[in-house]
Amino acid sequence: MTVCNSCRYCEQYCPVFPAMERRLTFSDADLAYLANLCHNCGECLYACQYAPPHEFGIDVPRTLAELRLLSYEEDCWPRPLAQAFRRQGRSTAIALALGFTAILFAASALLNPAALLSGRSDADFYAVVPHGVMVGLFGAVGGFVLLALGWSVRGFWRRLSPEGSPPLTARAVGRAVGDALTLRHLHASGPDCVSAEEVRSPWRRWSHHATLGGFFLCFASTSVAAIYHGVFGWEAPHAYTSLPVVLGTAGGLGLVAGPAGQWWQRRRRDPALADPAQQGLDESLLLLLWLTSVTGLLLLVLRTQPIMGPLLLIHLGVVLALFVTLPYGKFVHGLYRLAALVKDAAERAASDSV
Amino acid sequence: MSAQPYDVVVVGGGNAALSAALTARASGASVVVLESAPRHFRGGNSRHTRNLRVAHDAPTDVLAGAYGEDEFWSDLLRVSGSTNETLARLVIGQSKGCPDWMRRYGVRFQGAPRGTLHLGRTNAFFLGGGKALMNSYYAAADRMGVEVLYDAQVEQMEMEGGRFTAAVTRARDQARVVRGRAVVLASGGFESNIAWLREAWGPAADNFIIRGTPFNTGRVLRLMLDAGAQPVGDAKACHAVAVDARAPRFDGGIVTRLDSVPLGIVVNALGQRFSDEGEDFWPRRYAIWGSLIAQQPGQIAYSIIDSKVVGRFMPSVFPPLVAASIRELAGAIGVPAEALDATIDTLNRAVRPGTFDHQALDDCRTEGLNPPKTHWAQAIDTPPFRAYPLRPGITFTYLGLTVNERAQVMMSDGAPAENIYAAGEIMAGNILRRGYVAGVGMTIGTVFGRIAGEGAAGHADV
Repeated sequence: MTVCNSCRYCEQYCPVFPAMERRLTFSDADLAYLANLCHNCGECLYACQYAPPHEFGIDVPRTLAELRLLSYEEDCWPRPLAQAFRRQGRSTAIALALGFTAILFAASALLNPAALLSGRSDADFYAVVPHGVMVGLFGAVGGFVLLALGWSVRGFWRRLSPEGSPPLTARAVGRAVGDALTLRHLHASGPDCVSAEEVRSPWRRWSHHATLGGFFLCFASTSVAAIYHGVFGWEAPHAYTSLPVVLGTAGGLGLVAGPAGQWWQRRRRDPALADPAQQGLDESLLLLLWLTSVTGLLLLVLRTQPIMGPLLLIHLGVVLALFVTLPYGKFVHGLYRLAALVKDAAERAASDSV
Repeated sequence: MSAQPYDVVVVGGGNAALSAALTARASGASVVVLESAPRHFRGGNSRHTRNLRVAHDAPTDVLAGAYGEDEFWSDLLRVSGSTNETLARLVIGQSKGCPDWMRRYGVRFQGAPRGTLHLGRTNAFFLGGGKALMNSYYAAADRMGVEVLYDAQVEQMEMEGGRFTAAVTRARDQARVVRGRAVVLASGGFESNIAWLREAWGPAADNFIIRGTPFNTGRVLRLMLDAGAQPVGDAKACHAVAVDARAPRFDGGIVTRLDSVPLGIVVNALGQRFSDEGEDFWPRRYAIWGSLIAQQPGQIAYSIIDSKVVGRFMPSVFPPLVAASIRELAGAIGVPAEALDATIDTLNRAVRPGTFDHQALDDCRTEGLNPPKTHWAQAIDTPPFRAYPLRPGITFTYLGLTVNERAQVMMSDGAPAENIYAAGEIMAGNILRRGYVAGVGMTIGTVFGRIAGEGAAGHADV
């Protein structure tokens, strides 16, 4: 960081470097802020005259990636679960999904064996898992997830904003949300981010857009379906042309294409740009999102087939695995980065008005 | 090596070399670049640069305000004293087209700054700096089919009747003869050749820090001088600034510079001052401090400040030595405590009252002090006190090859070598005899690189 601050050649790549220059010394909280402000576009590694094998060995993208993980752990709630971040991996993701699916199968076999084996063809999900059970289970898990995420981000934000920090304005928040949704700083210095020296492509950005968009659409689909059920009494299954199914299908397709694209982009990116220790953390989220959407879409297409019952349990098992890992996996990056963007927007507004 | 002989052999791998290689290749010539550094350290001193100086009549997307050719000319003349006016005017005139030409090869620039007070008016800044610039050039060279050999140090130049025929390179103990119809010499100066520096500076050279690439050994320059090329400039002429003494011997680049000098005093190993630290703004003066320190015993000096001025200069990469008293500080840096105490005491009594403003030539000065401190003079009285050790940091050397306006190397008989061209630091001494104006080295490299590349491509077998 002191090398960066006395060089400053990278200052127009992204907001991380100007934010660095607004400071002379760096506390742990400052480092957490800068690390989460970084979108890992990669330009500064190749531009750096001090990058390895230079004896200073500066690799800003990797260093900030390592600091990001530390910041996830530092503010994790409840604190003992912080160690989960380092245990995430493809195999834990699959084990969790299989485990939850097995529990659901066992519970069904004990409590409602007929529904699972009857080979129904009426797409009646609630005959397999009663509506009350589904709402209760996902309500409880979802509530805990929201609490854990909220409390963690709150801790992060409080650490970032000691006494005397620039005031938070609606304008700053609006700007930060805009920056987050457009991934502006992933390509702040040009049209695209790099995957290797002088190799720039839009695919990493488009894949992320597909994933995030898919996630929002699936969330919207579930919300609309809940309103249909609760307010209007319209129960699932809904027609292919109904709003929840259209939203869910679009979202599901986004969540098939997006994570697959991101996975593919990760594999062909220069490893020097990432922290090798976080491969499992990154890929487990992609894997669970992808499995969720694939099983969801299969369920939609095969919902009138006899396999519907088992398929529903598998889908729910995967979704449960996704949910419980949200606060302790890569998912938190979005919230932490948004918080960092808000702080950056507030700081910039304050320094512009001086 | 099936393509031999190449139309154009380019010796060197920095900005001037690649400007020549890309220009020659764009005119259809087959081109090989012999870069003595390994791939990771390619680009010579250009990898440490940040901008180039460009004349322009109106604001552009990368330059603020206007910077006329005459103003550029007078800025250049003021620091250099003398120059080859034809070549200097050529560089200034052609600087205007450089940013657009560079963009064609993927180079990106920072946006123009808002104010017109600083370098953003006179200099276009590369986005990400000189290494990013070189990455763009090498990527373009690769796309266009320029062959690049790394670790390729030129050991011999083969000539017949004053014409270049081949360069002998050695890469990993493998000698290789690279034949060509023309050659562009863009292999930099000799600043990383300590033995050569010692010839000019004596044993003091052993204490110099080389800010740039360790690959500028001046081998090709020496070969050409031995072959009867006309030299230009003085072996002792160089751009040397004060850098942190803890910097690595080579390649420390920009972060080793230290901007605290005008805010305090500088003493030598005897604890005595030796020059006016407040003569002018630091960017205008810092280029003389390299030679000032080179003349001090042991080629070492210490910038000493108190806590009043902390935060008023660019942060430096190495932390200062901090002490609660001047005597303790003297112990930390190893200068005689009595002497340092006396120097500070004399300064503090000589300081006249004034209004301190580190951003203007303020009225804080000393009276009856020798040497005086004419601006930003304040008593050094507020602990903790801080010291930064300083050494001369050589950026580049000016001794080079005389060229004509076609970039052809002039031989001692007064005639140009027909197919030998030179560009960049190896011929910058034609234009700059001493001193430096920021970014002009890159302008010289780009303009003469293009001229040399064009001329060399003219020898292609078509």
